[in-house]
Amino acid sequence: MSDPTPKAPRWALWLPLALFLGFVGLVIVGLVRPASHDIPSRMIGQPLPRFDLRPAADGLPGLSNRDFAGGRPRLLNIFASWCIPCGVEAPVLAELQRQGVQIDGIAIRDHKDELAAFLARNGNPYARIGADDISAVQLAIGSSGVPESFVIDGKGVIRYQHIGDIRPEQVPMILQKLKEAER
Amino acid sequence: MFAELGLAALWLAAALAALQLLAGGMALTDGGRSFGPLVRPVAIVQGLLAAAAFLALIVLFAQTDLSVKLVAENSHSAKPLLYKVAGTWGNHEGSMLLWVTVMGLAGGFVALIERRLPERTMLATLAGQAFVSLGFYAFLLFASNPFARLDPAPPEGNGLNPLLQDPGLAFHPPTLYLGYVGLSIAFSFAIGALVTREVGPAFARAMRPWVLGAWIFLTIGITAGSYWAYYVLGWGGWWFWDPVENASLMPWLAATALLHSASVLAARNALRAWTIMLGVVAFSMSMVGTFLVRSGILTSVHAFAVDPRRGSFILVLLAIYIGGALLLFGLRAATVTEGERFAVTSREAGLVFNNVMLSSILGIVLIGTLYPLVTEAMGEKVSVGPPYFTPMSAVFAVPMLLVLMVGPLLRWRRDSLSRHKLPVLAPFAVGLAAGIAFAARGGIAVMPLLGLALAPAVAFASLLPLRGRSLRRVPLATWGMVVAHLGVAVALFGMACDSAFTRERLIAARIGESAQVGPWTIRLAGVMPVAGPNWTAMEGRLEASYAGGAPVLLRPQGRSFWAPPQNTTVSALHTRWNGQLYTVIGDEVQGSQAEGGRWQLRLWWKPFVPLIWYGGGLIGLGGLLALLGRVFADLKRIRVRAKVAVRREDIAAVKAGGRAGR
Repeated sequence: MSDPTPKAPRWALWLPLALFLGFVGLVIVGLVRPASHDIPSRMIGQPLPRFDLRPAADGLPGLSNRDFAGGRPRLLNIFASWCIPCGVEAPVLAELQRQGVQIDGIAIRDHKDELAAFLARNGNPYARIGADDISAVQLAIGSSGVPESFVIDGKGVIRYQHIGDIRPEQVPMILQKLKEAER
Repeated sequence: MFAELGLAALWLAAALAALQLLAGGMALTDGGRSFGPLVRPVAIVQGLLAAAAFLALIVLFAQTDLSVKLVAENSHSAKPLLYKVAGTWGNHEGSMLLWVTVMGLAGGFVALIERRLPERTMLATLAGQAFVSLGFYAFLLFASNPFARLDPAPPEGNGLNPLLQDPGLAFHPPTLYLGYVGLSIAFSFAIGALVTREVGPAFARAMRPWVLGAWIFLTIGITAGSYWAYYVLGWGGWWFWDPVENASLMPWLAATALLHSASVLAARNALRAWTIMLGVVAFSMSMVGTFLVRSGILTSVHAFAVDPRRGSFILVLLAIYIGGALLLFGLRAATVTEGERFAVTSREAGLVFNNVMLSSILGIVLIGTLYPLVTEAMGEKVSVGPPYFTPMSAVFAVPMLLVLMVGPLLRWRRDSLSRHKLPVLAPFAVGLAAGIAFAARGGIAVMPLLGLALAPAVAFASLLPLRGRSLRRVPLATWGMVVAHLGVAVALFGMACDSAFTRERLIAARIGESAQVGPWTIRLAGVMPVAGPNWTAMEGRLEASYAGGAPVLLRPQGRSFWAPPQNTTVSALHTRWNGQLYTVIGDEVQGSQAEGGRWQLRLWWKPFVPLIWYGGGLIGLGGLLALLGRVFADLKRIRVRAKVAVRREDIAAVKAGGRAGR
């Protein structure tokens, strides 16, 4: 503004382009190096919080944190009958069960009838299902959505958190995590 | 069926955009003049087809057609109709479709009515608009098809993020998009002018109403978005310097600078290259903002579905369009730089100062937004927040506001401050008095105090251009300027009051207990469950009385949505003339058996905080007045010109008749 004649030097006309190219370079660096967006639960390595959930389905017991102190690793699956990916995940859980994995479930904000229909439709891989009507346990163990699965070791300590549904190709990985939890 | 119709319309629109680009480009060559008349009709039909595709997507959402992937992922049959429709643009694909629709319609609108510029410049402009549209059509069709089917169709949809289930969402994004994408017109005008080297007052006058229109929508959109975040997020804040907010602020800053520099170009034929560059920068900022948000390269509370492939696609588009436009600028601008000269004390100089300051704030915001990216490249995760943005912007905003108090009073070309002793000194005296008065109260930090002193001064100064004029004869455009500048002062006062005087309490109250916040006494009368169409909630009943007056009832809620399952808080507000009471209810805290539960309550008393949004509204209204003023003036000119033409014909006819009779 001190120069009253608005004639810019020639190089200044190329300045915007240079700045923009710098921006593009910066962004390419950012895109090439994939940032990790997974938020691992702070609960890993921690014992399960205390909870005692009523049975969610007829004929199956409810779930309490004491059920995980049996000395063998178990898989804790957070799910709900209204959750579409959970239905997709059901055959994978059935496969895990066939391979000898003990699976317990926590049904989030579910209704007894709909849950019964869900189990009838997809089969029941669960040994126990607790009903979490206000997402209290879900939040307490650091889960932010359904489905999620936790590997719990024989002393009730959380060893691994899996966000989203377990895909068929991830079965060996889950089995490996369960094996590691035995140690 | 609508999905296929929509997709067909989208492909056709893309094909027409290609035709528009080719015909426009050919028409600029010597051999291809005959292609010229094709361009305008094609632009109009292209816009209508894009709109038809968007309409088809709205119908799919309204019907909740779950065989369409986008609908299944973002909607749910249990949602109220308003949010089903709003869900159309509450996701990545839908909002990109809205983007090309606005671009197509804006281009079509320009093609339909803009007749002031030389036809060659218009052809280049419309070809430029088609060129940019084409990239976004490709992006939609190849990387984010909104009409993709899902087979088999799921029995139920995933639902819409509950935070987005609010009437504000229905109008906020479309408004903002009209602004963002409307700026593409300025971009295309700049390209057209560079290609044909026609930069001058006529160009600025032709471009100004379009920029003004986009700027009004942008202003309203940002204001509404800020209010929406304020009452939906339940944090009591109104601006978070979040990347998405910055993405909307940066084009606004550039467009504001562009409006001011365009008026210099229109009135005085100066700042030619600078105005062209701002035209390019404004829409570039819209595109950069979209890229930053959609590529997931920065994390934000507004996170859309993030897909790195999409990020790369948009980056390529950015490199082509922004890089291309700036390359053209570098090559051609030297031939258009020279403009009229002016003195340091003149209205031009004031506007140049305004431009430099606005651009600096733009730079500050851009650097702050990108800073996490820079440090991440060096292997560290940080984010910069209000402690950086607020003081750094103030460094440039304060001098700008000081010049704003004087600038509108100055004459074009050359003026002297001694001519304006009283009008220059009076606002400063007002500001000083206000500053001293507030400082005497004590306990106010430097920044809010500065705001509290500046706001009355700017408000006073903004009215001075009306001094000594007959109010009925002041042009509408001048009224627009006065109202917009007054809006800046009003908003500034609200912001300063918010930081200086807000009182906050966080309590755990049992039913029947009371708490004090500022002049308010608030009693938790009860908590009861309520149910909505797709949620249940615990609703607090708060009886609030102002300084012992009659109580008003506030009902904040903690809502639980079940599709998708998510908890949100719904704040309850009570507005008085002198401020707003803001209440949020949180979770129940388990007390001992005998005492019963306690409820977390957050209470804020925010004096004069609504002025922030009233101010934003005034700024938008000012823009509207200016736009109406320009449009009326243009219509008048057209009428006069038509009359003159008719008269000339009459005279010619009389002369010819006289000759024949002789």
